[in-house]
Amino acid sequence: MVADAVRFPLLSVITWSPFIGALLIMSLARHRPLLVRLIAVVTTGISTVLSLWIYVAYDTEAAGFQFYEKLSLVPPLGISYELGVDGMSLLMVLLTSIIIFTGVFASWTVQTRSQEFYALLLALVTGVYGVFCSLDLFVLFLFYELAVLPMYLLIGIWGSSGEVRPRGIFAWAFRETGVGTKEYAAMKLTLYLLFGSAFILVGIFALYVNAGAASFSFLDLEAITFEFGVQRWVFLAFYVGFGILAGIWPLHTWSPDGHASAPTAVSMLHAGVLMKLGAYGVVRVGMGLLPEGAVDLAWLVGGIACINVVYGALSAMAQVDLKYVIAYSSVSHMGLVMLGAATLTEAGLNGSVFQMFAHGVMTGLFFALVGLVYEKAHSREIFKMGGFGAAMPGIATAFTIGGLSSLGLPATAGFVAEVLTFMGAWRSDHRWWLWPAVLGTLLTAVYVLRVVRQIFWGPPSPHFHDLVDARGPEWVAIVVLVFTLVLFGMAPGLALVPVDTATVPLLARIVSP
Amino acid sequence: MDKPLVVLALPFAVFLLLSLAAPLRRRGVLAGWVSTAATAAAFVTALVIWRDGARGSLIVPWLPGDGGPMATVGLLLDGLSAPMLVLVTLVSLLVQVYSLAYLDDEPPRSLGRYYVYQSLFAFSMLGLVLSPTYLQMFVFWELVGLCSYLLIGFWYTRPAAARAAVKAFWTTKLGDLGFVAGIVMLWSNTGTFEFEALFRMAKDQTLPLEGLTTIMFLIYLGAVGKSAQFPLHVWLPDAMEGPTPVSALIHAATMVTAGVFLVARSEPLLVLVPAVLTIVARVGAFTALLAATMACVESDIKRVLAYSTVSQLGYMLAAAGAGAAAAGFFHLLTHGVFKALLFLGAGAVIHAVGTNDIFRMGGLWRFMPHTGIVFIAGTLALAGVWPLAGFFSKEAILEGVVAGGRPGVFVALAVTAFLTAFYMFRVVFITFFGPGHPHGDTHPPHDPPWLMRGPLWLLAALTVAIGVRFVIGAPGDHHPPVWLTVLSLALAGGGIALAWAMYGTGVIPVELVRRPLATIDFLARRRYFLDAIYGGIYRGLMLGFSRVVGWIDRYVVDGILNVCSAWSLRAGDALRRIQSGQAQDYVYGVAFGVLLLLVWARWWRTP
Repeated sequence: MVADAVRFPLLSVITWSPFIGALLIMSLARHRPLLVRLIAVVTTGISTVLSLWIYVAYDTEAAGFQFYEKLSLVPPLGISYELGVDGMSLLMVLLTSIIIFTGVFASWTVQTRSQEFYALLLALVTGVYGVFCSLDLFVLFLFYELAVLPMYLLIGIWGSSGEVRPRGIFAWAFRETGVGTKEYAAMKLTLYLLFGSAFILVGIFALYVNAGAASFSFLDLEAITFEFGVQRWVFLAFYVGFGILAGIWPLHTWSPDGHASAPTAVSMLHAGVLMKLGAYGVVRVGMGLLPEGAVDLAWLVGGIACINVVYGALSAMAQVDLKYVIAYSSVSHMGLVMLGAATLTEAGLNGSVFQMFAHGVMTGLFFALVGLVYEKAHSREIFKMGGFGAAMPGIATAFTIGGLSSLGLPATAGFVAEVLTFMGAWRSDHRWWLWPAVLGTLLTAVYVLRVVRQIFWGPPSPHFHDLVDARGPEWVAIVVLVFTLVLFGMAPGLALVPVDTATVPLLARIVSP
Repeated sequence: MDKPLVVLALPFAVFLLLSLAAPLRRRGVLAGWVSTAATAAAFVTALVIWRDGARGSLIVPWLPGDGGPMATVGLLLDGLSAPMLVLVTLVSLLVQVYSLAYLDDEPPRSLGRYYVYQSLFAFSMLGLVLSPTYLQMFVFWELVGLCSYLLIGFWYTRPAAARAAVKAFWTTKLGDLGFVAGIVMLWSNTGTFEFEALFRMAKDQTLPLEGLTTIMFLIYLGAVGKSAQFPLHVWLPDAMEGPTPVSALIHAATMVTAGVFLVARSEPLLVLVPAVLTIVARVGAFTALLAATMACVESDIKRVLAYSTVSQLGYMLAAAGAGAAAAGFFHLLTHGVFKALLFLGAGAVIHAVGTNDIFRMGGLWRFMPHTGIVFIAGTLALAGVWPLAGFFSKEAILEGVVAGGRPGVFVALAVTAFLTAFYMFRVVFITFFGPGHPHGDTHPPHDPPWLMRGPLWLLAALTVAIGVRFVIGAPGDHHPPVWLTVLSLALAGGGIALAWAMYGTGVIPVELVRRPLATIDFLARRRYFLDAIYGGIYRGLMLGFSRVVGWIDRYVVDGILNVCSAWSLRAGDALRRIQSGQAQDYVYGVAFGVLLLLVWARWWRTP
């Protein structure tokens, strides 16, 4: 299945280019904010162009893992630096590129310590690329940690605090932990994700030992059929470990606090891409290596996903802070991602991967726009705002398009993802999953359009003056993301043709082990 | 199949051009003319297609899958879609011309935006009627819903318009959930979304019948939302917050009839499930009657027309449910023409007097003879007076319902026919012949400019021409029973006569009629409390429940987590005290530990 090694290490360049950018920023660009941004644009630009290039150059006829690279690191333990992409990771690499490239523009106005900010952001992105490209589970885990840890500093230093009133019988705990502050959010997110990665690490070692302790390579492990008992509990470990990052209920509460506190680009990257790492991990590592475990626990994955969809949407409806609305919508949409995967059908799995992409772009767009609105209005309180449409028609239009994708309106990427998930749900062993999924779209329509109406429609709010539309580099993120949403909504084949080449063999292993 | 493609591509090209080329869009009127010209070209092409009687289909893959595409898109031109193309492009064209004058005091930016929406709507509606698959139909179905939302909310700074827009979207979305679930189930059973393949299966009796009743009912729910059937009709009257030309195009002639189109399109599948057909017919008849009663007590001229549209849609669907889908489709076409005429006429009136309230108009016949003539022509057609278009289509429906053996539905529709004639002439007598009101001395109302008058006359002429065409000889030379003709004329005449007696001359005082019907009057004026119930469900149940969930998430799910972390903090705090910094404490600790180990080694360790 593995195509011939390409001479030029494309995947390595994509992966490490931002990291080199981070090093350059730290060493060369002290007190030169424009240079910081230029380096960031250039190095992420290189990754973006190359990801587009591999996206086009990927041979869907041959399928399998392509652009393969391998470098032995610790031969006695079977650890190697092994990269390769198939149709699924290809799309995720493209998503990462789109989000980071636009994210660099969306954080153009960061004032405090922009040097460190950009350096951390770029280092983090290298971790994300690494996870999507790695075929060696050990190295994958290292990249995974690299992607998670800088978040702590990014939120803790550049984040913003909100206010949460302690209530209920647990109010004392709220006061002691400092709920609402950015430090709390940063700590919660980091600890939660590290807690998850402990499960992942245990899972990886369990597979390594059970396979005879010769190799961490995904390709080697894939060839082995593990005992059913092992498959079950290791799959569960991966599900919990990666699932935390994917925001599965009830382990999702790091996400709203984290995303609401994080600065714009970090929210974009985290909700847009990092949550996908979780879902990708469940599908690639969990389902890919442990097909029988996946089949056995599909009811759990899908059932919890249904809770995510409905519960996330209802929670989003209850929020009064714009960023929390978007954050909870991610919880709801990640439910759709997991639901599609749990159907274990071609349509559902394609829908799941497509939803990862669609939701990544959409939520990236949302957070970019919320950042802009906040910058102009200095408020995130939805019910204070009103009539912004007249002053910022461009932002209003983009927000509406993002919202329409969120509620699954045709001609946006969200629709394709949703309808595929529906199709998969009804063909799965648990037909009732269709109903929570469908209900989720109605609830999404309610909270999204309610927010759009409140913020952009109606008579202008008396609380705000001198509102302006987006300007200059701010347009880059909006235009690119809106264009992507609509393009992939109208021509879903662009993504689904390669994705299908990856999901069909995966399912073949699941259905006939 | 290039001609239908041209029809479809023209408005799409204009949409792209206007939405991307901001300078052109901001010119307003120029953007309007560009859009109008493209629509005119599309209309001419549609006419050519209709005249040629071309048939055919075009299918291309859309969603890839293992072993053949999972879903396809394309074009399907047949006896249903060809006349729809003409109707949609015609009304679009006239409305776009009319809007140039109607919206002449809009700022250029807004006008440009208006034409962006208009061209997107034309594209979406054409895409809908040309759909060869259920999935594509759903795609465009949602897109016309989007256009409806955007155009109802065109004056988005008005709170009422903003409210009406989201209400329309949510209500129709509720029905659409059924639609999408239905087609997904149908796909799961048959492996295809394509009409032709499905109909072939139905014909060969290879279609799996298991669950088909549920599936077709769910698909029908889409029509309930879009075509404003009870109990999802509540959005349509509110949709009148949009500009009047929009109401004429979207909420009378084209989009709202998509549900009828869907049912007509699905006929080969629906005949396999008689239970669903019965529901379609009964709900249609009930909707027709219910909406007619509300139209009788409404004083907003556009809302009267809106209720009338709801009622007529019920008519069409009742026909489709009774097995006379062709008659329902025929009524869809004629109704599209004369209801657009009525809305545009009402727009001319509103434009002239600046109010929607019929009781603040009166005596307009003297000032606006052109508008009066065309409005009365439309009213006569809607009332079903010979020899206008409405008479024939309404008669065809009644005949179809009789043939379908549904006496209950027939009675409801007959009463509706009477009420229709009554409430429409109520409007005519009050507005055009009622006691004149002072309109301010500076600006007496007058007929609209020719850009508006032209479309009105054209639609009026068409209304008459279609009727005359059938007087000369219906295709197939088909004659309904004489008693039916007499009955439907008598119902129309009776309604007109009653309206004349109550509002024209006052021979019968309004109170005399109202008193015995006090209950219905009371309920109809309050829209049978349906809006209040929905409002309660939305505010109380949905938002209330969401607040409960939000609270639980923050204070219970997250609360437990915070308790865990607070405990960890406390535990750390407590353990920290052990590290006192005094050497003797540590020695005690070490000694205690050694002791424990020794005890453990001596007594508990198994050798």
